[in-house]
Amino acid sequence: MTSAENSRSPAGAARTFDVETIRAQFPILAREVNGTAFHYLDNAATTQVPQTVLDAIIDHETRSRANVLRGVHALAEAATKAYESARGDVARYIGAAPEEVVFTSGTTGSLNLLAHSFGERLGEGDEIVLSLLEHHSNIVPWQILRDRRGVTLKFLPVTAEGRIDTGALESLVTPRTRLISLGHVSNVTGAELDVGAVVEAARSVGALVALDGAQRAAHGAFDVQALGVDFYAFSSHKMFGPNGVGVLWGRAEALADLPPFHGGGEMIARVTPERSTYAEPPMRFEAGTPPIAQAVGLGAAVRWIEATDSDAIGTHLRGLTLRVIDGLAALGDRARLIGPGGSQSRYPVVSFVIDGAHPHDLCQVLDGHGVALRGGHHCAQPYMDHLGVTGTTRGSLALYNDESDLDALLNGLEDAIRRLT
Amino acid sequence: MSADLYEKRLLALARDEEHVGRLTSLQATATVDNPLCGDVVTIDLAIEAGRISKIGTVVRGCILCAASAAALSGQAVGLDATELRAAAASLQAMLADEVAAPEGDWRDLAVFTPVAGHKSRHRCVTLPFEAACKALENAGD
Repeated sequence: MTSAENSRSPAGAARTFDVETIRAQFPILAREVNGTAFHYLDNAATTQVPQTVLDAIIDHETRSRANVLRGVHALAEAATKAYESARGDVARYIGAAPEEVVFTSGTTGSLNLLAHSFGERLGEGDEIVLSLLEHHSNIVPWQILRDRRGVTLKFLPVTAEGRIDTGALESLVTPRTRLISLGHVSNVTGAELDVGAVVEAARSVGALVALDGAQRAAHGAFDVQALGVDFYAFSSHKMFGPNGVGVLWGRAEALADLPPFHGGGEMIARVTPERSTYAEPPMRFEAGTPPIAQAVGLGAAVRWIEATDSDAIGTHLRGLTLRVIDGLAALGDRARLIGPGGSQSRYPVVSFVIDGAHPHDLCQVLDGHGVALRGGHHCAQPYMDHLGVTGTTRGSLALYNDESDLDALLNGLEDAIRRLT
Repeated sequence: MSADLYEKRLLALARDEEHVGRLTSLQATATVDNPLCGDVVTIDLAIEAGRISKIGTVVRGCILCAASAAALSGQAVGLDATELRAAAASLQAMLADEVAAPEGDWRDLAVFTPVAGHKSRHRCVTLPFEAACKALENAGD
């Protein structure tokens, strides 16, 4: 796991980390499930929301709810200010300028926007490089583009450790490569991409780089400029914010070069019956009424993350991740880890296969222990095919997880194996 | 409760391999998958005079799916298309509408009663029946 690349935080914000203090901020963690304590280990799918984010949304909806940008009344002004303030929060969190931050519906929405708009200028013979480890949201939009524009898709292989094999870049990247679009952190294996190698390969042929950052964004502030990429997509609901909003960051000149995706209000400069001209980014890509309260919630989530101690959280999560990996190893030959065995260059997503036990059955029995896991293909069927399995079982951790969650997981796994195999 | 799904009768059914495997001589076949989880079921049917005379099942799926395939294959021989569809409808009603499990030949379906409370698992149980109905449909009933 990489510690936060920087330690920016809003002026005056205290940076603290204590897991009990953190847990107390998430009301849902106090509930019981199936008559037992609740152990939420499905954070790669959706993280829970702290009270401060819930409060921010309720405050906005009860005091400032209005449409943004056009209205001149007090609530419209307040809503616009809150919406643009959230854009500023996100920009600060990722080391970008606010006008480079496009609010979308989520990572999937961001990648569809990118595939459509970036792809609009591509044609036969142009190449997009993906990998076999990608989430479907970073495959299917490009397949739709391929079918629409005739571009060629190439797939980087995956190493035995569950990492994108950047060693294959040299053979796959050609002068016809226009974009390399990859997951920053795998939602199956937790492996972190060697971004530097990707950027170097792309630049050698004048191609751009896009990252699916859905699994990275919750783990502290980062710097898109330092990463050296051109586009970065992520979702609010995987970083302690509400559903329904996400971000496509684009380097200013790269965004400016993209045609619009959706047409409608707010994204135009001028409309006549004959033609329309378009607004500058980010408004060019935000047609219609945006997810305002959700963006406000995302801004609050970003501020909340910034106020935590990302280094201490990294240490905490590395320890928990290694304990899960060790716990799986203790199950012997019955358990197979799908992903890196150590804690370096990986995030707290741990997938595994238990011999003779289907992931859904495992998850169902674990649910009886109050443990929320995810089983299945994780929207990564090409990788499942590569592994020769229909699915894996996945535990994914967030900063509020503690040893009791892992006790429940590992004890529950032993019970599930006893019942099912 | 989740763990209650896996009672002994269901586990025994899932381990019943009497009809597991592809048929070498068949008149109808279908493969159905569940895109939500990636599970795949193939059902082969031999048909004589409009009725199923042999069944072979291949399940790449969970215990619920394997048990359902075994429950299906245990009763499928001798059925025509209408009777098979009626059994599939009974199972669907059991899960979706929580109606009582059927009596008689299909009484083994009662092991799936606890699944009714777990909507995300309904299709694990119905997938083999879907495949069998589709196989007959593919063969023109």
